[in-house]
Amino acid sequence: MSNLLSEEKLQLLNEKSIESRKLVVHTVHHAGAGHIGGPMSAVDVLVNLYFNELNVNPEDARAENRDRFVLSKGHSAVALYTVLAIKGYFPIKELDTFDSMDSRLQAHPDMNILPGLDMSTGSLGQGISAAVGMALGAKLKNKDFRTYCMIGDGESQEGQVWEAADVAVKYGLDNLVVILDNNKLQQFGWGESFDEREVPVTNPCERWQAFGWNVIEIDGHNHNEITKAFNAARTVSGKPTIIVANTVKGKGVSFMENTHRWHSRVPTDEEFDHAVQELEAGV
Amino acid sequence: MKTLLSDKKVSMRDALSETILKFTQEDENVYVLDGDLATSTKIDIVANENPKKFLQMGIAEQNMMSVAAGLTTTGIQPWTFTFAAFLAKRAIDQIQVQIAQPKLNVKMVGGYSGLLTGLTGKTHQALEDIAIFRSLANMVVLAPADATEVKKVMEFARSYDGPVYIRLARDAYPILFPNDYNFKLGKAVTLNEGTDVTIISTGTQTSRSLEAAEKLEAEGVSVAVVHMPSIKPIDKEAIIKAAETTGAIVTAEEHSIIGGLGSAVAEVLVEEKPVPMLRVGVKDRNSESGPNEQMLEKYEISPNHVAQAVKDVLKKK
Repeated sequence: MSNLLSEEKLQLLNEKSIESRKLVVHTVHHAGAGHIGGPMSAVDVLVNLYFNELNVNPEDARAENRDRFVLSKGHSAVALYTVLAIKGYFPIKELDTFDSMDSRLQAHPDMNILPGLDMSTGSLGQGISAAVGMALGAKLKNKDFRTYCMIGDGESQEGQVWEAADVAVKYGLDNLVVILDNNKLQQFGWGESFDEREVPVTNPCERWQAFGWNVIEIDGHNHNEITKAFNAARTVSGKPTIIVANTVKGKGVSFMENTHRWHSRVPTDEEFDHAVQELEAGV
Repeated sequence: MKTLLSDKKVSMRDALSETILKFTQEDENVYVLDGDLATSTKIDIVANENPKKFLQMGIAEQNMMSVAAGLTTTGIQPWTFTFAAFLAKRAIDQIQVQIAQPKLNVKMVGGYSGLLTGLTGKTHQALEDIAIFRSLANMVVLAPADATEVKKVMEFARSYDGPVYIRLARDAYPILFPNDYNFKLGKAVTLNEGTDVTIISTGTQTSRSLEAAEKLEAEGVSVAVVHMPSIKPIDKEAIIKAAETTGAIVTAEEHSIIGGLGSAVAEVLVEEKPVPMLRVGVKDRNSESGPNEQMLEKYEISPNHVAQAVKDVLKKK
């Protein structure tokens, strides 16, 4: 795949990804709560969305014609919060209020209290339908904003995801891009042994194709590939696009990678230091 | 005042049908979402006469409600139509997380509520919808009694910015309200004055309560009838006043006695003005498919059952 991004832009995006991951680990460690594996797998797509793709402005967070983003896998909120903070929606220091009383940074996204959130999510399977509503609303009202939504592969066990998939095709929502954070693990999951518990859907691409979607499969940690996929989605007309982003749960920290054990575990002080060292070494 | 039961019965569905078509014609932001029951709920009128405003969502109520939530964020006022059973019991998580919690401007019309759902049986009846909807923060719960009031509550819902659940029935009911009737959110309507006991009723059970009151008056019992179209917010003052002036209350609803109007009234009475009270409703049991009159008898919500509850509560005074 040819590189679309300049070296400078690529470096900027990679730096933002590292910064976001460090803040995810910091925030969960500080709060003593939260998810970590799923947020870490989602970071690169989220960074690319907010620093390369979405037409949004933190100074005018509710602008009528802004692009919309829905985090359907709402339990990865901490990753989205770190990216919104880096983008300038609120002070990075506010991440320390995550999960505490009266915080704008709720365990799952609350659209009413934090600027920059376009939909409340948390109960899985629902965000993609709301994104369908936004994209449909744009068509009905002749608006040219685009709607993006991230779902999880574990989340895709919810039947509502497939109800939404049908309706998006029926209404030809080519202004909708769904990103599947395909990290292949969930909270406890499926399997014979404790350590090998992959999500049982082996080929999401075939499945989404069968539902009539434009499917693009990428490495969800490669900013060039993410950018190329977003660009390709813009050229499609008459149907929605799903980007199957193959990712690594816990990406960036060796002992968190590819294990369901870090779905929502809080790092000890020692693990926290180790994780930060690894992430900094990765720059 | 005294409200007489008219011989003229008008279908709530016809009133709804006419009203929603008008809304879609008058307001560019009003759209109709159908869970593939348009010919039952009679919103097919919009598909036929104003098709651009009709959005088929298929047999997928959960998706329909979340799509509605998304639509509101673009300035659209979505009106969602399916059976009360499927709204309250199939899509309630979507309604809570994406509509009630964020207080989004979605109008939810539950057709075929209660027991009389046209021989469809217990899978299609909604005897729990009031209980479920009124337990959600930010939710407005309305149950009109006749075709005129259907129009009035729909007009209110259109002007209100937030989630509204409207509980409708399948069949035709006597006209109780004049055309200039003014529905007010959170306000009860006294349909009959009386001194011995007050029947507080909602939705379809109001005309049955008036019928019970007529019979009782012929027997020398003075019965007040207070109609409660707004179950949430509820008119506390009207309930307290009824307790003070008549000293005994009967509630009547085409709903389970658990969690519905009876529970809502009891909550107010227990905290503010305890007086003897009995609840008429379906008594914590599953029902079946059957003709209307037989259903009302077997499940103990006929006018005779309301009248009997009044006699029973008087013995407790």
